[in-house]
Amino acid sequence: MAGDTPPDVAGFTCPAPLRDRPQIVMGHGGGGALSRDLVEHIFLPAFGNPVLDRLGDSSVLDLGPRLAGGGRLAFSTDSFVVRPLVFPGGSIGELAVNGTVNDLAMSGADPLWLSAAFILEEGLAIADLAAIVARMAAAARMAGVTIVTGDTKVVERGRGDGLTITTAGIGIVPPGVDLGPHRIRPGDAVIVSGTLADHGMAIMSVREGLGFEAAIASDTAPLAGLVAAILAASPGVGMLRDPTRGGVAASLNEIAGAARLGVEIDERAIPVSPVVASACEILGLDPLQVANEGKLLAVVPAGSAAAVLDALRAHDLGRHATVLGRIVAEHPGLVAVRTAIGGSRIIPLPLGEQLPRIC
Amino acid sequence: MKHLAEYRDADTARRLAAEIGRIVTRPWAIMEVCGGQTHSIIRHGLDQLLPPEVELIHGPGCPVCVTPLETIDKALAIARRPGVTLCSFGDMLRVPGSCEDLFAVRAAGGDVRVVYSPLDAVALARAHPERQVVFLAIGFETTAPANAMAVKLAARERLPNFSLLVSHVLVPPAIRAIMRSPGNRVNAFLAAGHVSSVMGTWQYPPLAREFGVPIVVTGFEPLDLLEGIRRAVVQLEAGRHELENAYPRVVTERGNEPAQAVIGEVFAAVDRAWRGIGVIPASGWRLADAYAEFDAEQRFDVRGITAVESPLCKSGEVLKGALKPNQCPAFGKECTPRTPLGATMVSTEGACAAYYHAGRT
Repeated sequence: MAGDTPPDVAGFTCPAPLRDRPQIVMGHGGGGALSRDLVEHIFLPAFGNPVLDRLGDSSVLDLGPRLAGGGRLAFSTDSFVVRPLVFPGGSIGELAVNGTVNDLAMSGADPLWLSAAFILEEGLAIADLAAIVARMAAAARMAGVTIVTGDTKVVERGRGDGLTITTAGIGIVPPGVDLGPHRIRPGDAVIVSGTLADHGMAIMSVREGLGFEAAIASDTAPLAGLVAAILAASPGVGMLRDPTRGGVAASLNEIAGAARLGVEIDERAIPVSPVVASACEILGLDPLQVANEGKLLAVVPAGSAAAVLDALRAHDLGRHATVLGRIVAEHPGLVAVRTAIGGSRIIPLPLGEQLPRIC
Repeated sequence: MKHLAEYRDADTARRLAAEIGRIVTRPWAIMEVCGGQTHSIIRHGLDQLLPPEVELIHGPGCPVCVTPLETIDKALAIARRPGVTLCSFGDMLRVPGSCEDLFAVRAAGGDVRVVYSPLDAVALARAHPERQVVFLAIGFETTAPANAMAVKLAARERLPNFSLLVSHVLVPPAIRAIMRSPGNRVNAFLAAGHVSSVMGTWQYPPLAREFGVPIVVTGFEPLDLLEGIRRAVVQLEAGRHELENAYPRVVTERGNEPAQAVIGEVFAAVDRAWRGIGVIPASGWRLADAYAEFDAEQRFDVRGITAVESPLCKSGEVLKGALKPNQCPAFGKECTPRTPLGATMVSTEGACAAYYHAGRT
């Protein structure tokens, strides 16, 4: 999956001239001919499918036999703002697809349909929009979801952030899948699917004034494939979380709080790539608190940890999966880390924005 | 990261801790001066490895923590002005002034930016001649050379729209103030490695002699810190009080002389108020008279601003080592990182925040 060739955005050209306008103007949000141009020349060529192509006010989805036998609907939504819009390893387009796909997958759902709403800032280059839409379409194909409805608005220059995207998604939870804190027991293993902090540090590395010599790429990726592999390997999975904003620190605190149990992790087990570890050291950031966009945490019974690890490692996105720690009966609601040196400390819920330290 | 892994080896750490346990015969209180050292001690749980006789006292070396409320209020007043871009290091943005922090000024429309070097602020001034760019220059001797270079650069380029709000503080006067304070319990100091890399170690032998206190220049990694503590305990048990350099891979006796020269040209000594502690004579730097035109306090006429600390906040006692953070009545109650009463609860280098984040309530 992740080995697919990324879309060739450099070679993009509009299928037909967009009335010769290289930039978004207020009229593109007016609901008239310019709006229609955007739909016909940007969105449909990228996202087109039989449901979307009908261009109705809403899309009617045929669930067929999917809900038979006790399957349930999963429904989620998420908004995306990021600066810069395109960064090493991805763009706001991949984030908008993978973010909602992953939120659905964490309930054990098979993600199927997405909506996509765009708020465009006047002056945004249409070529930039088209490139991001192309990346979004490629991400949707990779995740196996269809974009079935959408919307576009334009805001005045200076009143938007270039481009913001909101996606909502529907997936189906297969019969028998039941995830939640009620399934977690002391002794369960906490597994992470790969290296931490890649996305957050990739963004920070390209923000104004911060250039690391080694490239750090975002890990944005759809996780439904990994989830299916985990569910197949272990019937007793307790909880799944994708540690995005607030990082693993926030997700583990959520798990500990929801299960009213403690979490204990081993500092030496925390997987961080050398270049990300160095960048975090330089800026005084804790990789546990930095965002990921293509990793998951799985709480599974200790007895099936080995099977889940094997299943994850067989998958391209889970090659570096490892056991991070365990659920304990002690210190309910708290996350403790055993330091490499032999001490311990509590990992708090991150407060807010991550701030580099002075020295 | 290989060079860091070498200084975090768990087996060597346990050996050093065991060695300290073997040589110690009675209680000693050792102060780590620098906030970076406090952060590392708590993050790695080093104090949990030490024998009960060795008590670590967290010193006043977090630059964010000791920057006086008055300076923060001045920065806020400047940042609120139209046409001003105020630049600072990240964690200064969250330090509360008398009624708000720089984040709040930014949310209200002020132009407040995080930079990673004062030279970035000079570049902003160069690129935006229509704006007044002010850099909040705080910190110990460590950050002073870059700040001095920024001023020299602005002077050379005759940038009329760049200035510095200076609140530099110095380590040796702080050590003197702590040793002279009534009720002082400090038996030995771990001097800050980064400060010493700039200033050298030559300032410390007279202090060690005058106060009969061992001073060990110490780094920041777990093994650096344990080795510094070990050497301090060896001296204390032997009744010696000398300067030792336990961080020779970075620190020399003379220090970084070109950096000292540029500091000497751009800055001049001044009595400085330390947040929570009070005024310490000749404990800070201001811009030298030759560079007074780059002084933001004069340019924006904020010299009249004064401020009063919250009476609940005991950060002064914490910074002097008289109180552990979790012994403060407000700790974790009125005062948390979300609602900090004092700066020691703000910066991750602050002793109160370090305790709070490590769950040491």
